[in-house]
Amino acid sequence: MGGSRDRTDGGDSRTDGCGAAGSGSGGSRPVDGRGTGGNRPAGGPGSGGSRVADGLRAYRLIAGMWLRSTMAYRASFIMTTIGNFAVTALDFVAILLMFSRVDALGGYTLPEIAFLYGLSGVSFGLADLAIGSMDRLGRRVRDGTLDTLLVRPAPVLAQIAADRFALRRLGRVTQGALVLGYAFATLDVHWTALKVLLVPVMVVSGWAIFCAVFVAGAAFQFAAQDASEVQNAFTYGGTTLLQYPPTVFAKELVRGVTFVLPLAFVNWLPATYVLGRPYPLGLPRWTAFASPLVAAVCCALAGLAWRAGLRSYRSTGS
Amino acid sequence: MELDDGPGGEPRTGVAPGEESAGRPGERPGEGLSEAPDRKPGEGFIELDRVEKVFDVRKRTGFLRRERRQVRAVDGISFRVARGEMVGYIGPNGAGKSTTIKMLTGILTPSGGRLRVAGIDPARERTRLAQRIGVVFGQRTTLWWDLPLIDSYRLMHRMYRIPDARYRENLDRCVELLELADLLDVPVRQLSLGQRMRGDIAAALLHDPDVLYLDEPTIGLDVISKAKVRAFLKDLNAERGTTVLLTTHDLQDIEQLCSRVMVIDHGRLMYDGALAGLHAAGGSERVLVVDLERELPPIEVPPARVVRVEGPRQWLAFPAAESAAPLVARIADRCPLVDLSVREPDIEAVIARMYAQGATGGAERTAS
Amino acid sequence: MGAGRLYAAVAAGGFRRYATYRAATAAGVFTNTVFGLILVYTYLALWDVRPHLGGYDRAQAVTYVWLGQALLSTLAIGGGGVEDELMERIRTGDIAVDLYRPADLQLWWLAADVGRAMFQMLGRGVVPFLFGALFFPVALPTDPVTWAAFVGTVLSAMLVSFALRFLVALSAFWLLDGTGMVQMASLAGIFCSGMLLPLNVFPGALGEVVRVLPWSSLLQAPADVLLGRADPLGTYAFQLAWAVALLALGRLLQTLATRRVVVQGG
Repeated sequence: MGGSRDRTDGGDSRTDGCGAAGSGSGGSRPVDGRGTGGNRPAGGPGSGGSRVADGLRAYRLIAGMWLRSTMAYRASFIMTTIGNFAVTALDFVAILLMFSRVDALGGYTLPEIAFLYGLSGVSFGLADLAIGSMDRLGRRVRDGTLDTLLVRPAPVLAQIAADRFALRRLGRVTQGALVLGYAFATLDVHWTALKVLLVPVMVVSGWAIFCAVFVAGAAFQFAAQDASEVQNAFTYGGTTLLQYPPTVFAKELVRGVTFVLPLAFVNWLPATYVLGRPYPLGLPRWTAFASPLVAAVCCALAGLAWRAGLRSYRSTGS
Repeated sequence: MELDDGPGGEPRTGVAPGEESAGRPGERPGEGLSEAPDRKPGEGFIELDRVEKVFDVRKRTGFLRRERRQVRAVDGISFRVARGEMVGYIGPNGAGKSTTIKMLTGILTPSGGRLRVAGIDPARERTRLAQRIGVVFGQRTTLWWDLPLIDSYRLMHRMYRIPDARYRENLDRCVELLELADLLDVPVRQLSLGQRMRGDIAAALLHDPDVLYLDEPTIGLDVISKAKVRAFLKDLNAERGTTVLLTTHDLQDIEQLCSRVMVIDHGRLMYDGALAGLHAAGGSERVLVVDLERELPPIEVPPARVVRVEGPRQWLAFPAAESAAPLVARIADRCPLVDLSVREPDIEAVIARMYAQGATGGAERTAS
Repeated sequence: MGAGRLYAAVAAGGFRRYATYRAATAAGVFTNTVFGLILVYTYLALWDVRPHLGGYDRAQAVTYVWLGQALLSTLAIGGGGVEDELMERIRTGDIAVDLYRPADLQLWWLAADVGRAMFQMLGRGVVPFLFGALFFPVALPTDPVTWAAFVGTVLSAMLVSFALRFLVALSAFWLLDGTGMVQMASLAGIFCSGMLLPLNVFPGALGEVVRVLPWSSLLQAPADVLLGRADPLGTYAFQLAWAVALLALGRLLQTLATRRVVVQGG
C-alpha cells in the first residue's frame, strides 16, 4: 500500500501512437478550398455549448480509437483488467484482515466501512476510467507530443482526457461495486427514499470531484512536468483515505479534506446522513446534501486551472 | 517540430550581422511573382509583421540558485507568403524555426507583432485555423500505432467532419500518389519510416488544408522514399495550389521543391530569396571530387581551386552558384578522368559562411 | 578486483540514473508521506481497539508504517525496479548483447538494482521516515548495534527482493506477454511482505504461511529487527537462505534461457 500503487495498475508498455484528433469547427466546408479567409462558417470555439459538444464528440472518437487499440492485444487486456481488479481489491483485503482482529474501526462496523469503501471505489473508479490517463500530460509536454494535439480542431482538454482510454480500469469500478453490494446486503439501515436517492447523487458528485482533481493535477503538470506522482497522492491517496471513516483521522486532516480539497463530500458527509452517524467537525446537517454543489464548484475551479495551465504552455512552450 | 528549439535555444550572442536590414526584410523580390499568380501586391496568405517570441528561461546555476533571463527566440520577423508558394524555412538548431512554425500553427502565442494565416489569428482561433492547415511533424507520427493505417484516416474523416465524397476523393488520390494501397490494412507499428512518413503526409491532407507545414519531411528516409515524398509535394503544390512551408536540413529538399528559401538564425530572418542567391550570399562552395588515372600536379581551372590532393584523387572547390558542367568539361579536356562526384554544401556551412562574410547579409540586397 | 570494480561502477550508474529525476523524486517523497499519513491513522485506530495487536504497541505500529513507506520503493516491493528494463531487453532481443558481455548477467543486474535501491532509500525513503519520526510517537532504538543490525537486514532484503524480481524478469524468455507475471509478483509483494498490515497481525494459518515466505524478508524482517522484536542473527539466516535459494534458481533459469537464446541465434 503506498505511493507507487498505480504502477501495478497493469500499465501497458507499448509504444504510444500519440493518436490525436479533433472535431470540426462547424458544419459544411466550401468545396473550393481556395476561398479566402472569411468564407467558412465559424462554429465551435465561439459559444460555450457547442464547445462542450465538440469536446464530448472528440472524446468519444479518441476513446474509441484507444479501445480498438486495446483490442489488438486481447489477452493482455483481459489480464490487465483482472490485475486492476485484484490490485484494488487488496485495499479491501487489508480491511478484512483488520476486522479479523477487531469488530469496529473508529467506531464503524465492517458493513459501514464497506459502504464508505464501495462509494469511494466506484466514484473514483469511474473518474479513473474516464480521464485517468491525464497524469501523462507532463510526459506529453516533455516529449513534445502535446503539440500534435494543439493543431487539431478540438478542445485540448477533451483530447487529453481521452488519451490512453483504458477499459481495464473497469476492474476497479467492479471491485468497488461488489463491495458496495456487500454493504447494501449487510447494512442495518432504515432506507428512506431520501437515503436511497442520495446514493446515486454521491456516486455522480464523487465522480465529478475526482475528475476535477485529475484535471487540476494535469494543469499542475504544465508547471511541473515530472511531478505526476504528486497527483497520485490526491487521487489514489484520496480514494484510500475515503475508504476509512472520518473518525479514524486527525481533526486537521479531516478539516483539510473538507474545506481545502473537499474530498469529504465524495462520501463521508452524505454517508454520515445515510448511516445516521454524528457529523464530523460538528458540521450542519445540510452539508450531507451539498455534494453536487461542491462538485460543480470543483469542476469550475479545475477548468480555470486548466485554462491557466494551457495558456502558460502556449506562451512558454514548456 | 523540434522542441529543443524553444526556450532551451541558444542564447543570443552579441552582434548579429545585417542588424538593420535583417530586422525588417520586407517584401521578397519580384522574381517570385510568377509562381504566385493570385498574389496581390502587399497581401500575403501567411503574414508576419515584426513577430516576436520571448521566453523566460530559468536556469539552475547552483544547487538551489536559479537564474532568470530572457531569450528572444524569434526577434521581430516579418515576411509574407503568397497562396500557392512553396517555401523552405531553414536555419541551425535553436535558431527559432520551430518557434515560428508553432506560432503559425497556433500552438504558441506570439509575444509581439502581428501574425495572420488565411486571415486568421492563429493564437486566438486555434481550432478554426486547424481546419485550414495540415501539419506533419517529422519524427513524431500522429498515426495510431497499433491500428491499421486506414483507421487513422477514418478518424480524420470524422474529426475534421470531412464530407464523405470529399474524403473518398482525397483518400483515393493520396493512396494512389503516395502508393499506400498495400499499406492501408497494416498496423502502423509495422510500417517502415518512409512508409509512415507517407502515411502521415496523407493524414495531414485529407481535409484539404490550404497550408501544409512540414517539419523535416525527409529526415531518416532512404533515397527512394525521399524521391517519392518530394515528387508528391511538388505535384500537390502544382495541382492543388497548396501553400507549403517546410523546414529541413537537407538542401536537396529545397533545391528540388522550393522556389524560395528563408534563413533564420538567432531569431532573425537572415535571408529571403532564391536558393541560388543564398549560395551567392553565403559565398558557399561546392566541391568536385575527381579521380584521375594517375597522380598529377593540382589542376588549374579558375575559379575552381584545388583544396586537397590524395594520390590520383583531387578535391576542387568552386562557387556553389555556378554550374559544374563547364568545369568538368575543362578538366576532362586536360586530364585523364576516371570518375567524379559533386559534394553539396550543407545548410549549416552555408549559414556559417554568411556570418563569416560579415554584415552583407541584408535580405533585400542579397536576394536580388 | 577488476570484476569488483566493474560491478561497483554498474551500481554507481544505477544510482546516478535514478538520481537525475529530481522533481519525480520529490513528488515520490510527497506521495509516500501522504500514504504514510493515511495508513498511520488507520493503524492507530486499529491499535486503539487492540492495544497489543501482533505484539506491537502503538509507537511500534506507527514506526512500522513509516518504515514501510521508506522501503516500498527502495525494495521495489510492488515492482518498478530494474526488472522492467531487463524484461524490455528480453522482449526486444537486446538481451543477446548483454549475454555476450564479459560480465555475468545476474550480477550485472543485481549491481544495477542495488544502485537503484540505494538511491531510492536515500532519495525517497529517508524523508518520509524522518517526517513520521518527527510528527508521530515512534519507537526507535537508541542502541547503535540495533541500528547496524537493521541496516544489515535492509541490505539482505535488497538481495531477496532482487532475486525475486530477477525471476519475474526471466519469465519473459518463455512468456510472450510478461504483464500477468508482473502483476502477480506485484500482488504477492504487497500482500506477503507486510505492506498491507504487519504479518504478525495476519490471522491463524494464513499468518504462519506468509511469515515463512521469502517476501517476509522485505519489510517484516527489517521491521522486527529495528523494533527489537527479532534476533538479528536468526533474521539474517532466514533472509540469506532465501536469497541464496532464489539467486540459485535465477542462475539455473538464466542458464536455460541463455541456451535458448544461443539456439535461436540471438
